Amino acid sequence: MFSKILIANRGEIALRVIRTCKKMGIETVAVYSEADADSLFVREADEAYCIGKPPVHLSYLNVDGIIAAAKTSGAEAIHPGYGLLSENAGFAARCKVEGIVFIGPEPEIIASMGSKIEARKTMKEAGVPIIEGINTSLENEEEAKLAAKQIGYPLMLKASAGGGGIGMQLVRSEEELGNAFAGNQKRAQSFFGNGAMFLEKYISEPHHIEVQILADSYGNIVPLFERECSIQRRNQKVVEEAPSPFISMETREKMLSAAVQAARHIGYSNAGTIEFLVDKEQNFYFLEMNTRLQVEHPVTEEITGLDLVEEQIKVAAGNPLTLTRGDVYRKGHAIEVRIYAEDPKTFLPSPGKITNFELPKGEGIRNECAIEAGTQVTPFYDPMIAKLIAWGETRQVACSRVKAALEDYKIDGIKTNIPMLIKTVSHEQFLAGKINTNFVNEYYLPLLPSL
Amino acid sequence: MSKIEAGMAGSVWKILVKEGDEVKAGQEVVILESMKMEIPVAVEADGTVTKVLVQEGDFVNDTDVLLEVE
Repeated sequence: MFSKILIANRGEIALRVIRTCKKMGIETVAVYSEADADSLFVREADEAYCIGKPPVHLSYLNVDGIIAAAKTSGAEAIHPGYGLLSENAGFAARCKVEGIVFIGPEPEIIASMGSKIEARKTMKEAGVPIIEGINTSLENEEEAKLAAKQIGYPLMLKASAGGGGIGMQLVRSEEELGNAFAGNQKRAQSFFGNGAMFLEKYISEPHHIEVQILADSYGNIVPLFERECSIQRRNQKVVEEAPSPFISMETREKMLSAAVQAARHIGYSNAGTIEFLVDKEQNFYFLEMNTRLQVEHPVTEEITGLDLVEEQIKVAAGNPLTLTRGDVYRKGHAIEVRIYAEDPKTFLPSPGKITNFELPKGEGIRNECAIEAGTQVTPFYDPMIAKLIAWGETRQVACSRVKAALEDYKIDGIKTNIPMLIKTVSHEQFLAGKINTNFVNEYYLPLLPSL
Repeated sequence: MSKIEAGMAGSVWKILVKEGDEVKAGQEVVILESMKMEIPVAVEADGTVTKVLVQEGDFVNDTDVLLEVE
């Protein structure tokens, strides 16, 4: 086992990884930007190194600085968290060259899933259903229009290297495609350095449901059930839960098996997530694979009793998984809400200083959070500042616990989406489990005038 | 003369106009980036850009002036 791990991330996920390391008796090394010098995760780590100025490309994406901190501190492994360098194949390869273990899959696997077009082809080979669409990069509007004719509208125009909804747009006609193509291609180019675009048939009222898997380096793969992440704003998840209130036992079994098949086909190791879109008839289609720990991993932990970070570390250290598919049971229901520093009406960011802060407590309540009174929420990073997770014996209990905890959440000085979250988790459609990715548009936005 | 302010702390991602350009009310002149989100800044009235006070990549606070429009 490792004796020291460096965490190449910040905020709540850095703190989350530190917590498991402490439990396992592993020393921790934090790296931080000048903007995060006073952060909780920096204080909680055994050692901390400043790696640059606030903008991410000068600090949290500063590969040389992070490697140097690992060498100086003698860390044997790096946990990348999520976002930032977590799905950067070049970084994983660099760690390997430097003799440091990257806690995640092999660089080639990260690269193969990093291109959505390549991933579609690979999954088709693996026998995993994909959405009808184009598996080559569309260079220009004319090519896109020609391809669109073959599939038929409405369509989703997507960036192959995309994420977080950037470079993605629903198009209902040739005219809309014409208007959307160049702008999204340019966006993809400037955000991801890659303007490859493709098209997929649009699925109406889809559910976003993903399967968590754990895999070791010896071919053992265990699915850890699914998470439903259909409540989104700006194409980013806001509320996640496990299990899904939508799918049947039969669909669940099929999805878990498809996820295992996908992971086996590519020779995956470590924790990973296969995201699917599920239509009204419970047909499911591969969307993308996230080759890292996910923001919403706690809901899986809450229903299975596992510590996913611990499993990641053990697998990365070369240990075989000690559990099999038959050993994993799920118990009860868990809901996570993401707390964003943003205006609950416009979803625009709200950086600033937190003046008063108090976390809610209660049965089944778990907080993942790296802020405190006095924390300056800067504009340099993601607006997610905390996560609240509620577990209950039933979905109904989890719903009422998460609502009560949100009402007890005290945070002053900045705007947050807590009012939006309260409206969401107490909405009759949500309580009835009738959620799909249109939820915010359909049920939340119409409530705005009354807020 | 009117001063176009940032309205939010962030970095200047794109400047869409240069000094001497004519702009129309509602036209987006600068795109800021804050918390990984693009925040377009538009002018309120027709005019001519007389001064560009920031560069792409600059960090700005919410009341910082980005441009002056005559």
